[in-house]
Amino acid sequence: MLTFPIYLDNNATTPLDPRVLDAMMPYLTNKFGNAASRNHAFGWHAEEAVDYAREQIASLINCSSKEIIFTSGATESDNLAIKGVFEMYASKGDHIITATTEHKAVLDACKHIEKIGGKVTYLPVNDKGLIDLKQLEEAITDKTILISIMYANNEVGVIQPIKEISAIAKKRGILFFTDATQAVGKIPVDVEADGIDLMAFSGHKMYGPKGVGALYVRRKNPRVKVTAQMDGGGHERGMRSGTLNVPGIVGLGKAAELAKQEMEADTARISAMRDRLEKELLTIEESYVNGSVEHRLPHVSNISFKYVEGEGLMMGVKDIAVSSGSACTSASLEPSYVLKALGLSDDLAHSSLRFGLSRFTTDEEVDFAIDHVKEAVAKLRSMSPLWEMFKEGIDLNSIEWAEH
Amino acid sequence: MAYSDKVIDHYNNPRNVGTLDKAKNNVGTGLVGAPECGDVMRLQIEVDDNQVITDAKFKTFGCGSAIASSSLATEWLKGKTVDEALAIDNMDIVEELALPPVKIHCSVLAEDAIKSAINDYRVKNGLPALELPKSHH
Repeated sequence: MLTFPIYLDNNATTPLDPRVLDAMMPYLTNKFGNAASRNHAFGWHAEEAVDYAREQIASLINCSSKEIIFTSGATESDNLAIKGVFEMYASKGDHIITATTEHKAVLDACKHIEKIGGKVTYLPVNDKGLIDLKQLEEAITDKTILISIMYANNEVGVIQPIKEISAIAKKRGILFFTDATQAVGKIPVDVEADGIDLMAFSGHKMYGPKGVGALYVRRKNPRVKVTAQMDGGGHERGMRSGTLNVPGIVGLGKAAELAKQEMEADTARISAMRDRLEKELLTIEESYVNGSVEHRLPHVSNISFKYVEGEGLMMGVKDIAVSSGSACTSASLEPSYVLKALGLSDDLAHSSLRFGLSRFTTDEEVDFAIDHVKEAVAKLRSMSPLWEMFKEGIDLNSIEWAEH
Repeated sequence: MAYSDKVIDHYNNPRNVGTLDKAKNNVGTGLVGAPECGDVMRLQIEVDDNQVITDAKFKTFGCGSAIASSSLATEWLKGKTVDEALAIDNMDIVEELALPPVKIHCSVLAEDAIKSAINDYRVKNGLPALELPKSHH
């Protein structure tokens, strides 16, 4: 049976897996101790639970449990990595390389670096959303201390060539940080095989709770350190002060364990549903997939339906929860900067919907979504002046639009 | 963002969607907005010999508020004289549809579309185009 609205916005956040909640519950109730309390059982239980979660997470991404720094989420991890490296390695240089399609947490942390005197190169991406490795190499200077490139993009799901990027960084003795928020728990991420020095990820994108995340910080080959961005009790090896969010950490650990166990089966099922959804929606005339389809997360599809506007379309598909590259919802009239970086015209960027499937998505839900979107697109096109002009063979670029 | 009931009603049951013959002398067509900005409205009026608007049609590419603003505009236009139509102010639309501040530009666009359709009609019928106040968005 279907319950409405159907949730297909799993890049924004995923539901909490009930098994994760079960694992967390004792730490929200009677096991409430502070993991830093060293002299009684309440503290020991909490510390034990945190240590166990560290192991679960380390096992998922193939690192040592000592390399996990718990944070409040990926935004904090991004900030800690970028600002922390910039401060810690100030004597080595002041230049950071990133890309234009990064998450705002990375871009805005980089803007902060520029404000305090650092230099940042923002690499463009091609029409598939991928950076050019040659441009990356060319951007490196004697002063470059950090390359920050996301593992997979949140809007289009495009996966960057992580191994190739890390090889370039290693060759030039530069640290490599990746925001892997959308990748960890969804696709195999191995910090050793991938050559990652720092990595941000978050609980609520992998069926864990909100308000908890982590920063992986390499301890060997090379030993990496970041300057703490908050002062306090010196928790997490001095890199992140603040009483540990024990229930959240336990949840993140359990989510990591489940991801490791179920990733292969989940991916097979979810990607089959995604492919079916996409194939069906692409039968709609003038619809286009955004970003690379070869190098892409298994659960994401970003499609533009030309001549209909994304926010209007979302209102028409009110029985499914998705998001749009149209920015009509915000005060600015600018559509998605990610889609624009891929070279989409503003009108195509305004016409996009992002579908994000999950472990809990069913075939029945996908069937419904296909019909629902097809109907809504047809309805909106029947009242779209642009669609009428297109059908009459009028070139929309030949019209002098009154910009506003 | 939550839409008002009136916006949802116009979105679900848009009034007067369609196309009038723009080649006819008694039809005025206004096309405003731009695809890059995420909204384009086309509003058309048919005017009889007594300067009364007998029919109005629209097509809109845009968000729910843009669709509702143009749908409402066509409802208001029918039966009005051209002069009465010129008096329609975007804030009347904002009030009727309870548009939030971020959606006021939709009502402005609808007012522009009305004036632009009237001007098209005037020019076709040998009248000088009215000086329109500069678009405020």
